[in-house]
Amino acid sequence: MNREESKAVIEALIFASEAPLTVDKIKELLKLQKSEINVLLDELVTEYNSAVRGFYLRKVANGYQFRTKTEYAVWIQRLKKVKALRLSQPMMEVLAMIVYKQPITRVEIEYIRGVDSEGVIKSLLDKKLITILGRKDVPGRPFLFGTTAKFLEVFGLESLKDLPALDNIDQLKEGELSLFPADQDKIE
Amino acid sequence: MVYQVRLDIFEGPLELLLYLVRKNEIEISEIPIATVCHQYLEYLDLMNALNLDFAGEFLVLAATLAYIKSRMLLPATEEEEMEEELHFDLAQHLLEYKRYKEAANTLTRQTILEKDEFIRSYVTEDLTPPETDESDIEVNLFELLDALKGVLKRVEDKKGIFEVTKEKITVTEKVVEILGKLKQQKSISFASLFDELTTREEVIATFLALLELLRQRMVRALQSTPFGPIRIVRRVAKEIPPTI
Repeated sequence: MNREESKAVIEALIFASEAPLTVDKIKELLKLQKSEINVLLDELVTEYNSAVRGFYLRKVANGYQFRTKTEYAVWIQRLKKVKALRLSQPMMEVLAMIVYKQPITRVEIEYIRGVDSEGVIKSLLDKKLITILGRKDVPGRPFLFGTTAKFLEVFGLESLKDLPALDNIDQLKEGELSLFPADQDKIE
Repeated sequence: MVYQVRLDIFEGPLELLLYLVRKNEIEISEIPIATVCHQYLEYLDLMNALNLDFAGEFLVLAATLAYIKSRMLLPATEEEEMEEELHFDLAQHLLEYKRYKEAANTLTRQTILEKDEFIRSYVTEDLTPPETDESDIEVNLFELLDALKGVLKRVEDKKGIFEVTKEKITVTEKVVEILGKLKQQKSISFASLFDELTTREEVIATFLALLELLRQRMVRALQSTPFGPIRIVRRVAKEIPPTI
């Protein structure tokens, strides 16, 4: 199989794959060197990017996937007659905690939020955005949660390293807290 | 018998605190405990009067706030250190929570599959077809309570007693009424729900009806700017008769 054909095969595989296709999988099927595969993939990415096409080749969740361009999202929405997969605010909050603090237990999540989170966690599990990584070695042996490859896929991330950094307001420093602010006189 | 709404207020006490911080336009490091404590308790009172179930954690935080406030009134003692710590812990906790809220916002701004980009085929488990602008903000409970306070102020009640009695007006009737209004228009303003009402009872009943509809996910409460006017819109769904 010559070079051009290999590239076409990779293109076809990505198209037919249900999830982002990994380089490992391509190697398993085509039996080419990883470096060779990567060169072909880069070429494909460039080709799809340069022409005015409706979709492009994206590196996401450790693999490659064809995706429609954001500019045309509105058309697909009309086609599908429904809009987005929509996650509620509490779900996004819990998801953010799991993303940045994984592995994390339900109790730890509930402590930060200050409120019961079982339902939200269950929904995230149902949507397969999070999964159970194991159990924490403390009394009660509670579940530890973490994000899945699907999470990366849905949020367009290559890997967890791609996550935007958490806000840098980390700790309140001693003395930064003003204990007796102006309204002290208004205390009834 | 008094109508009681069981509402899963997943917005917890920290959410309320953050809301108050934002509303008062202050920094978390400068929380004026006395003012915030007072406002916080006002909300609890209102929720109580409406017979809304809320999580015990709300009371825990109320107690914490009240405690910090009370200690601030006493002359300085050795226990001042503990009070400082409590205050510090609270602010710290709030900050951490805020961080994750902001992280959640950042995540939402990513290009999201099935929203900004699409793949060949995909079975979405959760299809919530919104008929509204992406930039609309989902109103939270406390904003609704704020708006309710505004309405209550305008309404004169002859009896002057804060009470919801089933014999006179039922929440069920109000639910049907609201749904009726939404049949004619896809979106109505929060204020218009209370336009012709003259008694506090009716206002409360209407508000509870709205909460019930929200809880049943038959309607949504939205606004286009923070603290802006609230609109109620119908959720596109099959015609489920309200189960109350």
